[in-house]
Amino acid sequence: MNQSTVPAAPIRGGAAPAEAAAGKRRRYPSVIPGFGLTLGYTVMYLSLVVLIPLSATFLKASHLHWSELVAIFTDRQVLLAFRLSFLASAEGALINGVFGLLAAWVLVRYEFPGRGLLDSMVDLPFALPTAVAGISLCAVYSSTGWIGSRLETIGIHVAYTPLGITLALTFIGLPFVVRTVQPVLEDLDKEVEEAATSLGANRWQIFSKVILPALRPSLFTGISLAFARSLGEYGSVIFISGNMPMKTEIVPLIIVSKLEQYDYAGATAIACAMLILSFALLLAINLLQRWSSHRAKTR
Amino acid sequence: MREAKSQNSAGTGKGGLKGGLKAKLGATNEPRWFQWILIAVAVAYLFLLLFVPLITVFAGALEQGLAAYFHSFADPDTLFSIKFTLIIAAVSVPLNLTFGLAAAWAIAKFEFPGKQILTTLIDLPFAVSPVVSGLVFVLMFGKQGWFGPWLADHDIKIIFAAPGIILATIFITFPMVARELIPLMEEQGKEEEEAARTLGASGWQTFWHVTLPNIKWGVLYGVILTNARAMGEFGAVSVVSGHIRGLTTTLPLQVEILYNEYNYVQAFSAASLLCFLGLLTLVVKAVVQRQVRKSRQPEKQTPVASAASAALAASAGPAAR
Repeated sequence: MNQSTVPAAPIRGGAAPAEAAAGKRRRYPSVIPGFGLTLGYTVMYLSLVVLIPLSATFLKASHLHWSELVAIFTDRQVLLAFRLSFLASAEGALINGVFGLLAAWVLVRYEFPGRGLLDSMVDLPFALPTAVAGISLCAVYSSTGWIGSRLETIGIHVAYTPLGITLALTFIGLPFVVRTVQPVLEDLDKEVEEAATSLGANRWQIFSKVILPALRPSLFTGISLAFARSLGEYGSVIFISGNMPMKTEIVPLIIVSKLEQYDYAGATAIACAMLILSFALLLAINLLQRWSSHRAKTR
Repeated sequence: MREAKSQNSAGTGKGGLKGGLKAKLGATNEPRWFQWILIAVAVAYLFLLLFVPLITVFAGALEQGLAAYFHSFADPDTLFSIKFTLIIAAVSVPLNLTFGLAAAWAIAKFEFPGKQILTTLIDLPFAVSPVVSGLVFVLMFGKQGWFGPWLADHDIKIIFAAPGIILATIFITFPMVARELIPLMEEQGKEEEEAARTLGASGWQTFWHVTLPNIKWGVLYGVILTNARAMGEFGAVSVVSGHIRGLTTTLPLQVEILYNEYNYVQAFSAASLLCFLGLLTLVVKAVVQRQVRKSRQPEKQTPVASAASAALAASAGPAAR
């Protein structure tokens, strides 16, 4: 770690003693350099890549006439897609709310062989490309697939039905719930549970009256994150859904098919609706997180 | 925390010697049989949802034997898509790494108005559907987009070509490095950098010899995560690519094409490469987490000493003058 070969740049370190001498007033700039450069670059890159393209989309949609918008959003096919997207995302998120909480609980509280492996596998839906997840889920749950063929014999069809969409969205949402609940569960003070036990509470009472209230904000956050992600999900769904008009079309698919038909106005309008929706969800999730960190502090 | 927990469960497991201890610990744990039921349900859930799809990919790829598996990669379109994917990642990952470092430096080391808003805006691409992420660039640079006519006049192709795919990939992976680094750098504070500067290190030396060694594991993980997503992105890329075979197909798009042509062995073989990439990401994450935990523990004992020594080492040259 010797960099005597590096020519010593003229040093402006004199600012630091001056700051110390000036006492408590912190009007002097920080001794750490590069604020203007890094902030300028950050804001410029953010604007070019994210903010300008997103605003351009809203600007494009603003050219649409009200009657056009009404026509787009009262189209039966679009309405059914929104309904399906909402329902399937909500179902997936709620399934994860139950089983994700259970998985987080088991991974934090219990010792069993393979726990470490299972714990790191939870992130697989983040790491696995969505198209890969899509084709493999479709292959497993189709009527010729490993699980699909068995379910078929008892009359349950998964592939090419709304159930398949729920399944794909459950896969996608899994890490969100587990990873938001897990750290809170790890930090939970066991002494509170011991106190409750010594006061005569049984295990179920402790879980429902002590543990669950403490986990609630993070659980809600995880469920909403999974829901938000599921609404926009495309790659893992389109293979297993079969994309039958009015039956198994999700909203992102509608956008793609409108684009393929060169219906730019329709695609833009629906995209803007989805953007507004996801920003509203983002805001709600931020508030939720503030609530949960506030709770963590007051506890 | 973790130690206490393992002691705790060890106590419930074989605490026969100390009856009192067992009773005390048992009070905050479920009976062992109940634990095993919960474990079984959770393991079954995770197995069905996570392991089965993963196994399916490899089973599908190897269905006709190893020879057929390797033969899949002889297909010129698949070979092209692998090369094309590598190029896309090679361009977009360094750009987002530079941005992530700059953003984390500005946000973690300085106080300024609007910091919270900036942090939220950086996260914005995560909230946008992949399909919409592709669409915004079609509306900018496509035929009917804002710059469409101008680009057509100058014979520049962005949509249905590599630049559009790169733009969509950058958008999708935009927050990843910054998101990894901002909390890490905030946690480390700025005392070490201030010390290094006071002792005479230049700004660049401070970054290179004080900050970077502290965040190197976070940087590595951020890069691996960005890379995996860049190579695996499907929705956004699908919208801007136009699916022109041998020209604009990335590996995930090639998987889709092969699968839709009922060419399952080749589709799963190509998908298996992406699976390896995903599994590598998980391994790196596990290693990085271990390293971060390891580096954190000794630091906690002597934060001042370590900061001072780091600063000294960093400014050894100029300070010795």
